[in-house]
Amino acid sequence: MSFNANKFTRMFFVAVLVTGTAMSVARVSDARAEGQKSAVSDPKWKSECGACHFAYPPRFLPAESWRAIMTGLDKHFGSNAGLDAESANEITAFLEKNASTKKHDTTMKPLLRITETSWFKSEHREVAASTWKLPKVKSPANCVACHTKAESGDFDEDNVRIPK
Amino acid sequence: MLRVFFAFAFMLITIAGLALQPAFAETPIEVLAALKAEASGMPGFQEFSAERGEKFFKTKHNHNLSCSTCHTDNPAAQGKHSETDKIIKPLAPAANEERFTDMKKVAKWFKRNCNDVLDRECTAQEKGDVLAYLLTVKK
Ligand code: HEC
Ligand code: HEC
Ligand code: HEC
Repeated sequence: MSFNANKFTRMFFVAVLVTGTAMSVARVSDARAEGQKSAVSDPKWKSECGACHFAYPPRFLPAESWRAIMTGLDKHFGSNAGLDAESANEITAFLEKNASTKKHDTTMKPLLRITETSWFKSEHREVAASTWKLPKVKSPANCVACHTKAESGDFDEDNVRIPK
Repeated sequence: MLRVFFAFAFMLITIAGLALQPAFAETPIEVLAALKAEASGMPGFQEFSAERGEKFFKTKHNHNLSCSTCHTDNPAAQGKHSETDKIIKPLAPAANEERFTDMKKVAKWFKRNCNDVLDRECTAQEKGDVLAYLLTVKK
């Protein structure tokens, strides 16, 4: 009798453990599929570079631009965005690894603004000057004002809505 | 054998429980105490004052900027970055339990924001006054 009760408990625990393991495995493979769909991310980059504005995806600037931005954070577009060296190094590595590899002019000083690159201007050539100045846009750097899914790395034209 | 399973199950439950605890390193009161320890060593130290902190917070210093430019006149409300329009969560601990729970984060933002608003770092006295004020703000 007591032997049977033991056996039952034992089997019950094995069942619980097996189910638990199976669920963990399922969750990991879900997360992986999600990662493929969405853009690259890094928790430190997202929290540090997403505090004052939308965290601009690394693929929109070449590595030397990111390097120049990361070495001038104390005077960052009129704001102080200074970081400790350890965080700065970690974020620089992430940005460089995922930077744009498109051909660009390397004879000039690296551009610090995505919004000043020639591809940005050409992708947005149909956006009227008055649209950039709408109160809900304010600046071309405000990607999320029009790209409604930008937070998940999606800049597809199907998800563009110009605010009224 | 059964005992091993029990021990293992308890271990898993304990680990899960620990992982779910919010990872707050400090409390706002501890941050205030650390500021006080720093400020009280300085010449001219006065007991922290919420009133002085409020005035400091709402006064425009340089560049026509005050702390309330981004954090609003009501620190229990959502703020907005003056340049980028990005939403900023409330600054008052009563309205946002994550505030003033990480000494390093607090130091980093005081340094940045004071430089933007005053072109210098804030003194420990000023930071203590501001936190004393923020702790009096109700939700
Ligand atoms: C303390 C606030 C703050 C932090 C933190 C911050 N930025 Fe900025 N950033 C700004 C401001 C303000 C602008 C100018 C926005 C504008 O012109 O509309 C800006 C602009 C930019 C631009 C140019 C956008 C464009 O194309 O016009 C880039 C790129 C940028 N930031 C990258 C970063 C990165 C990378 C980090 C993280 C290491 C970071 N920022 C952290 C405040 C900040
Ligand atoms: C005023 C609204 C607005 C803002 C702000 C804006 N965009 Fe756009 N963006 C558009 C429009 C409109 C298009 C063109 C869609 C089309 O081709 O029909 C576009 C196109 C794009 C495309 C090409 C999409 C495709 O499917 O071909 C990219 C990439 C892009 N934008 C990135 C950005 C980034 C990065 C920022 C911020 C630095 C930004 N945009 C800011 C409105 C905006
Ligand atoms: C230009 C906009 C701006 C101004 C002006 C500004 N702040 Fe901030 N502040 C921010 C942003 C952005 C954050 C970080 C975003 C977040 O954590 O939600 C922040 C965060 C903070 C934090 C971090 C608190 C914590 O524990 O999370 C403190 C403290 C702070 N600000 C104090 C001040 C004080 C004091 C002033 C006036 C001297 C001031 N700020 C002025 C934008 C501003």
